[in-house]
Amino acid sequence: MGQRPARVKGAGGLDIAGAVPIFPFAARGLDFGPGLLYNRQAAAGPRPSLQPTGKRMLKIEDLHVKIGEREVLKGINLHIREGETFILFGPNGSGKTSLLMTLMGFSGYSVTQGRILFRGQDVTFAPSYERARLGLGMSFQRPPTIHGLKTSHLVQMCARGRQVDPAALAEKVNFTEFLDRDINAGFSGGEIKRSELLQLMAQNPKLVLFDEPESGVDLENMQLIGKVVRSLLSGELSPRAELSMKEQKSRTARSGLIITHTGYILDYVNADRGQVLYNGHLCCEARPRDILEHIRSYGYQECVRCLN
Amino acid sequence: MSKVDLSEFNFKGLEQPFIADLRTMSQADKDQLVMSGVDVDETERSASFLHMDHSNVHCESNDPAVEIMDIKKALAKYDGLPDYFWRLIDKDKDEFTRAAADNLHGGYFIRTKKGVKVEKPVQSCLFIKTNKAGQNVHNIVVVEEDSEVHIITGCLVADQHEAAAHLGISEFYVKKGGKLTFTMIHNWGENVTVRPRSYGLVEEGGVYLSNYVLMKPVKDLQMYPTIRLAGRGAVARFNSVVVAPEGSHLNMGNRVIMDAPETRAEIISRTITTGGTMIVPAMIEANAVPARGHLECKGLILGKGVIHAIPELKGAVAGVELSHEAAVGKIAQEEIEYLMARGLDEEEATSTIVRGFLNVEIMGLPKKLQDTIQKTIAESEKDMF
Repeated sequence: MGQRPARVKGAGGLDIAGAVPIFPFAARGLDFGPGLLYNRQAAAGPRPSLQPTGKRMLKIEDLHVKIGEREVLKGINLHIREGETFILFGPNGSGKTSLLMTLMGFSGYSVTQGRILFRGQDVTFAPSYERARLGLGMSFQRPPTIHGLKTSHLVQMCARGRQVDPAALAEKVNFTEFLDRDINAGFSGGEIKRSELLQLMAQNPKLVLFDEPESGVDLENMQLIGKVVRSLLSGELSPRAELSMKEQKSRTARSGLIITHTGYILDYVNADRGQVLYNGHLCCEARPRDILEHIRSYGYQECVRCLN
Repeated sequence: MSKVDLSEFNFKGLEQPFIADLRTMSQADKDQLVMSGVDVDETERSASFLHMDHSNVHCESNDPAVEIMDIKKALAKYDGLPDYFWRLIDKDKDEFTRAAADNLHGGYFIRTKKGVKVEKPVQSCLFIKTNKAGQNVHNIVVVEEDSEVHIITGCLVADQHEAAAHLGISEFYVKKGGKLTFTMIHNWGENVTVRPRSYGLVEEGGVYLSNYVLMKPVKDLQMYPTIRLAGRGAVARFNSVVVAPEGSHLNMGNRVIMDAPETRAEIISRTITTGGTMIVPAMIEANAVPARGHLECKGLILGKGVIHAIPELKGAVAGVELSHEAAVGKIAQEEIEYLMARGLDEEEATSTIVRGFLNVEIMGLPKKLQDTIQKTIAESEKDMF
């Protein structure tokens, strides 16, 4: 453990071997490929041993994305297995939300290079509804208000023909009284989160993308939201009530990709892996808690050194 | 708005026979009536009135609290209705008011009984059956003190391709503590010219709620119904949902004049053009305090067309609270994409947003009528995208 690699690849091919490891924990028990430690290619290397082995849910290969003329994602490599929860850290403007929006297929995010494989299918240029129908779901941070569209109606539409009981699902997120309200109209931060979770429960996706589940949420709501996120990821909230627990488990190998600033969500979910997104590059893969601890102590400045 | 040549229309001699039971009408006519909010079985209505071309052909009340008759009968019975007939509108206002004053074909006189809340809606229908018919009607509604009624009125042509002119005078009187909900469904055609002239007076504590729905083409429509809140605490609300397909020219506004303290006014319009031209003037005027008014005018251009929103606020005393919100544009891409991320394809998403935009649920209409309107919206969607 802790064996320092002989060489660290740096910008301009400089040999910076012997440099102090930036994320000392990153090397703990990890088996990186040669010359790949501490850089953005790390994610493409063999998986660290703390990962569950499962089928691949999401695979992102060398993804470059532009918004207008500005490149916001600069060669992302990432994969998430079935049942795995992945945490993405990063300062404001690092490209986290852009990554989620690109994965979901929003306009304005043009993929200039690389590809996205979801459940084995290349969805790089697929419209978002196809991705959603394939099992990709997203919790939005600032969803738009749609006047005249009742929350309950949208919940039903999310289920796409499967039988769901919006009232029963709403109870799980303490949202019953909002079912008759126009979606997102005047919702507070916590209400938006609960509404998003309610829709996701009805949608029943295979991979859930959460954009900062804790932002704008008070402590009381955080507890509820944290629990529901955990249940959602573990499949407990699946609306397929006709299935036995065992069947549920086997069928709901649900994965998660969570963006977090504060890390509060880590108190609730069993996060398997984490990585930092900095200036459009992924770096520093490690245990999410370790990353969080490190960011708390040292901030993201380390990433600058790491990437340069 | 093009000049209307009334001489192109036939304003004489189109009398129609009496219809004792609306169910005996042809299926085609009944279908048109239903589309315009008429319950041909009449079981869900407290009273019914049907005016066809130049005659009142059906008039029946099943509720002793509702007095309903042809305006000509009412004029004869009540010595020319001196308190109500041409009291709010100047008969010399324009050529259309003059035409209606000079050659009155009919129209409804509806009056509620003081203190009674009429449970089922009253329905009235102004129907143009014959090609090139010109129709002059004059309607008077009197909501007596502390009474309440919902009037659903459908205006339509039998054949959507034929030409017609409808000139309609309406005077509304909501007395102290009364409440009138007035729902109007217009179902005209691509060659129909329409000139309603409407004015209402609301006394102390009275409420006037107007719902207006227009989904079908109309060649040329101009109206500017006005409500004057004359008594303390009076309330007026206009709520319009309009679609203008190609070939439609609409100039349709609303005005509320607040002449008493503690009055409230709200004008809400949702308009969609799919090729038509729409001018939407709306005005709230406050001459007393406290007075609160809000005007909301939202327009969507789907494909082609013009929406010209003209929101106006006029406060004549310090302390009035008037506000407006107007927006003309397209469906927000963000909303479409939000729904697409939930698995709806682009068409489903757009249609869902349009249905929400043209929300008639807040009108509080009878379920059956609401369903009919939703169905009409769904049908007109094929022209939208």
